[in-house]
Amino acid sequence: MQIQSLYQEIILDHYRNPHHKGLREPFDAEVHHVNPTCGDEVTMRVALKDVDGDPVVTDVSYDALGCSISQASASVMSDLVIGKPVGEAMRISQEFLDLMQSKGETEPDENTLEDAVAFAGVAKYPARIKCALLGWMAWKDATGRALDETTGQAS
Amino acid sequence: MLGTINPVKLIADRAHAVGALVLADAAQSVPHMPVSVQDLGADFVGFTGHKMCGPTGIGVLWARRELLDEMPPFLGGGEMIETVWMDHSTFAAPPHKFEAGTMPIAEAAGLAAAADYLNEIGRESIHAHEQALLADALAQLTDIAGLRILGPTEPADRGAAISFEVDGVHPHDLSQVLDELGIAVRAGHHCAWPLHRALGVQASTRASFYLYNTHEEVTALADGIRQAQKFFGVI
Repeated sequence: MQIQSLYQEIILDHYRNPHHKGLREPFDAEVHHVNPTCGDEVTMRVALKDVDGDPVVTDVSYDALGCSISQASASVMSDLVIGKPVGEAMRISQEFLDLMQSKGETEPDENTLEDAVAFAGVAKYPARIKCALLGWMAWKDATGRALDETTGQAS
Repeated sequence: MLGTINPVKLIADRAHAVGALVLADAAQSVPHMPVSVQDLGADFVGFTGHKMCGPTGIGVLWARRELLDEMPPFLGGGEMIETVWMDHSTFAAPPHKFEAGTMPIAEAAGLAAAADYLNEIGRESIHAHEQALLADALAQLTDIAGLRILGPTEPADRGAAISFEVDGVHPHDLSQVLDELGIAVRAGHHCAWPLHRALGVQASTRASFYLYNTHEEVTALADGIRQAQKFFGVI
């Protein structure tokens, strides 16, 4: 089945056993995102810590309902960003977005994207791109708000 | 979403008793069965070309004559006037009063062709064919372990659209597998999110049948759902 290129084993693994799932404290910002076309939704919390003047992602916790692509993507995303400086995590996020919009014409970099390369097939199924991006968009939004909070407090 | 055929006359009677008017969205019924606007009891009846084998961008609004006479025009332009002055105008009678400017000519031709096509086949025949497919689909789907039909599970008072859930397979994933097999279904909320919440359902899959579907396709749908269940490891 051609569908195997979309549903890689890694994706199904993350769907069955999502990493970092559950809402935890402490957190600096929480957001709620939905995909109105199919009902996928995610509540996401981000916790940051200042390390030598640079914010680092210390935890990403989430509660999510939806299709295997959206759930697995949130799981893979949390693996990739936790423990990284926000700047680096944002770059990974951009690279994943570029992969999703590539129409399947670019080769993903496994060094940066790790398990996320499994989603390369999604780029050929336009209806599922938003599924793969849901968790990432929520994380970007939550991180942005968490940073605003911090700068707000600092000034 | 549920395929329920609503008792429009009953609802209209209740509405009229308190001075309200009723608009019936008949987009899902007119193409599938004979509908008499007189018997329906509604004051306005609407349906669309693109759900009756016709083109997009055109539909039909039927309304009681007295209401159309009473209503002011909402668009000004050519053909909807009777006389025009600098400070006032008088307007044509319905339907022209509501058809200002250049009409969607190509779409109108297409809609007429679609109406002729369906009338030639006969909407009684179409309805009978759908009811047979519906009974077949309800029987085959209720036979699938882990599948739950939302709405009536008997063909009575029901149109040929079936929404359902499958344990462990999200509608979006189910529709992906079915798509691979050449079967088109809708996944999500079918423009009925509040109804989903009321039913305690996160999202559902909807299969609907029309004059061009066959019993082989009903079987293919059931087989496809089982394939998806296998693929996602629930059976």
